[in-house]
Amino acid sequence: MSEQTFIRVLVAKPGLDGHDRGAKIVARALRDAGMEVIYTGLRQTPEQIVEAAIQEDVDVVALSCLSGAHNYLFPRVVELLGQQGGGDILVVGGGVIPEDDIPALRASGVKEIFTPGATTQAIVEFIRTNVARR
Amino acid sequence: MEEKKPSERKRSFRNTSNIEIKRVYTAEDSTGSDGALGLPGDYPFTRGVQPTMYRGRFWTMRQYAGMASAEESNARYRYLLEQGQTGLSVAFDLPTQIGYDSDHALAQGEVGKVGVAIDSLADMEVLFGGIPLDKVSTSMTINAPAAVLLAMYIAVAEKQGVSPAKLNGTIQNDILKEYAARGTYIFPPAQSMRLITDIFAYCSEQVPEWNTISISGYHIREAGSTAVQEAAFTLSNGIAYVQAALDAGLRVDDFAPRLSFFFNSHVDFFEEIAKFRAARRLWAKIMRERFGATNPRSQMLRFHTQTGGSTLTAQQPDNNIIRVTLQALAAVLGGTQSLHTNSRDEALALPTEESVRIALRTQQIIAYESGVADVVDPLGGSYYIESLTNAIEQAAAAQIARIDACGGAVRAIELGIMQRDIQDSAYAWQQQVESKERIVVGVNQFQVREGAPRGLERIDASVGEKQKAKLANLKARRDNAKVEEALAILARTAASKDNLMPAVLEAVRAYATLGEVCDVLRRVFGEYRPEETLT
Amino acid sequence: MSRVDRLVQGFRRGDMRALARAISLVEAGEAQGEELLAELARVDRRARLIGVTGPPGAGKSTLTAKLAQALLDRGERVALLLIDPSSPFTGGAILGDRIRMHDIVGQSGLYVRSLGSRGSLGGLSRAVPPVVQLLESFGFDTVIVETVGTGQAETDVVEAVDSVVVVAVPGLGDDVQAMKAGIIEIADVCVVNKADREGAERTARQLEEALKLGPRSVPVLATIATSGVGVAALVNALDDHYRAMVADGELAQRRKARLRKALYTYTSSIVNGRLGEWLEHRLSSLWPDIESGQVDVYTCGRKLAAEFQRGGEEQC
Repeated sequence: MSEQTFIRVLVAKPGLDGHDRGAKIVARALRDAGMEVIYTGLRQTPEQIVEAAIQEDVDVVALSCLSGAHNYLFPRVVELLGQQGGGDILVVGGGVIPEDDIPALRASGVKEIFTPGATTQAIVEFIRTNVARR
Repeated sequence: MEEKKPSERKRSFRNTSNIEIKRVYTAEDSTGSDGALGLPGDYPFTRGVQPTMYRGRFWTMRQYAGMASAEESNARYRYLLEQGQTGLSVAFDLPTQIGYDSDHALAQGEVGKVGVAIDSLADMEVLFGGIPLDKVSTSMTINAPAAVLLAMYIAVAEKQGVSPAKLNGTIQNDILKEYAARGTYIFPPAQSMRLITDIFAYCSEQVPEWNTISISGYHIREAGSTAVQEAAFTLSNGIAYVQAALDAGLRVDDFAPRLSFFFNSHVDFFEEIAKFRAARRLWAKIMRERFGATNPRSQMLRFHTQTGGSTLTAQQPDNNIIRVTLQALAAVLGGTQSLHTNSRDEALALPTEESVRIALRTQQIIAYESGVADVVDPLGGSYYIESLTNAIEQAAAAQIARIDACGGAVRAIELGIMQRDIQDSAYAWQQQVESKERIVVGVNQFQVREGAPRGLERIDASVGEKQKAKLANLKARRDNAKVEEALAILARTAASKDNLMPAVLEAVRAYATLGEVCDVLRRVFGEYRPEETLT
Repeated sequence: MSRVDRLVQGFRRGDMRALARAISLVEAGEAQGEELLAELARVDRRARLIGVTGPPGAGKSTLTAKLAQALLDRGERVALLLIDPSSPFTGGAILGDRIRMHDIVGQSGLYVRSLGSRGSLGGLSRAVPPVVQLLESFGFDTVIVETVGTGQAETDVVEAVDSVVVVAVPGLGDDVQAMKAGIIEIADVCVVNKADREGAERTARQLEEALKLGPRSVPVLATIATSGVGVAALVNALDDHYRAMVADGELAQRRKARLRKALYTYTSSIVNGRLGEWLEHRLSSLWPDIESGQVDVYTCGRKLAAEFQRGGEEQC
């Protein structure tokens, strides 16, 4: 009795940024693509995000930040995930992120950054292709 | 035999509010609006709130600005004033907007990023250094802690020898849209309303030239709503504020003249113009018929406009200059009192000096070269514009009635109704873009291969550390006993029914920090817990 | 060491990540999940199982959070299973209950997990019984299962837990009638939440009337979950119910029934799986006749069933 395999995604808003339009659209699009999505809500610390990711055993953590604080917050989430045994979770990010910042974010372990203009389709495809078989 | 219908690009043309657009409009289409159109300056103010509008004085060119620390922002303000800007608009960073000092754990990485970091009166003094507050009007985009920043502004003016009675400006102070769309709330609704009505009451006596609230639709639109929803939800929130003030014992004509609004100017040129006109007409009727305001100044909807940030593209950023030009023109043709034009690089970062100069020039060229400011409401009487104004008025009125039916704006927000509608519209827009039903030039059509944009504004990562050092310094220098006493009085006042402004002023004058003041209020008021909805 | 072995070790060490991973495997119904259950399920470790159900908007999540906090405060280890509906079209789901737990997450001794209903129609997920087993074995004192909350047909929860809390909200009006359709009957404790709203008294009376018709005495409590009013009474009522069940043997009966159901469900899912594959294969030659009406569904079905049982072939 084989079932549909489900990709579980945590959509998270780290820091103080209150713009959730994009995060909510991405959450809906992932649901429409057959994934199970947990949305954290606003004002999450990296610690809270990682705890949720571990308890919910997600395959993906998708971070959204439009306040410019991504260079601190995103790598911190990756770091904490690694410390708590979640190093194989796919981490992606989006928001207002200048291209110049992307190499450093990638180096810190964020696998892809989706900047303004990215389509939900591209995000879905990327996740499907890059999620680790766990 | 049926005449062959001329072929058109689409089967149906609809604007962002899904109103069908006919091929051509005639005199028949613009009948049906109740009563004659009227003149600018006359109730219901469809054509404008003043008889002379821009022939008397241009709209205020007020560019939203703020970054890093008070020193950098002060420099940017002086630059903009030199370049011909006619009013200031302060952008605060997120910790400031949410009542946290720069050394708070949650402020890590956020200090100075989306606006200026203000931790105390000391920072505020630097922010307005060399700027005469009796000559310049200042709009501050601050909501949950608005009382504190207003108090700081008053205190800075005091030090300049300027009496509060002379102060001109605005605080955004619109907490309902924070719950519905923007997310920088602190306290729960009832306590927030108390703060807001305290400010209304205090200013009506002490700071009579001050706009005590900027009831905002801009952010609701940015969160994804349609034009009709933007107008309807904004006015519904306005109704809630007026009612709260009346419930607090104020008289409508005492505070209503100082209410102001803040709208978006978005992609559909004529829809936006019609939206502004419809909003004016609707609000005038609401104030007169629903609230019995008799002073015409209570019935006038005065508004600031910002061109839509979410319409800017990261791809081919110079295209944004054209977008902003059209959006600015729509706002002017719609009769805005003041205007902020976005800079071309703002999809990616805070604007560089050069980009913000172009944005300002956009307004100046419209004002000085194009001639549109030489006549009032030039599109009045256009079949299309009047028809669309009527249609938007009707559709918005229906939404307002719907919100009334579920108990008003506060209740609608508690139930998540506004949020859900906004999310649905946002999702529909995204689907239109991804299916190419809606074209965004440079993004889903007419793309080019481009390298990363050069020369973007970057906020120095050391701002956070510098602010922390300043805070430590401040706390060492000031009279801490005085601060403690002021905070204790603040706590007692918050727990009572007395007006909070005097106590906030005292605390601020003693150099209590923003975080310290807000923490006292958090303890007394509690913190807002959103009933998140996501469908 | 195999993956299962690593997980078993981690689980036994009390590693929450191993628990989370184990739940995923069990939920997916994979062979490794079964291995884990076989290794880890301990009949001697029992938790008190509480189900929370009710129509949307009743404030179930907020109440669940407050209830969990009250139990944590008295030293219990608590696990929450929050079920949300999966889309019948895409299979995906927005699991939106966790976000309402923001006041309590982060405490040691608390585990919160969101599950999609994944096609199950009874308000739960098919994975709930084995996941509950895992949670019991891990050492939680209380497991609270919050159902999907459509308010229509959520009776599966009765079979999965020991005590069922039904949460109603004032102003339901006609909805109390709708609720009567099975929901009220499953309640061990009934709660009128948002009791500061207009109509709370009336709703409570209506519920009491409806519950009088049932076999047991079910208390109707009033709560205001957002401020915690009434939560202590709810905790007491649940304690009382549990004690009563222990005393009169009902608890033991429920556990036996759960065990039977688990075995039955599992066995039939294996058989159904096999049947499905067999039918798929078997029907390919029969379809034209069935579609054309030459052979009727019922006759054919009886013959196929017999054939399947015998493991042989037969013509329709």
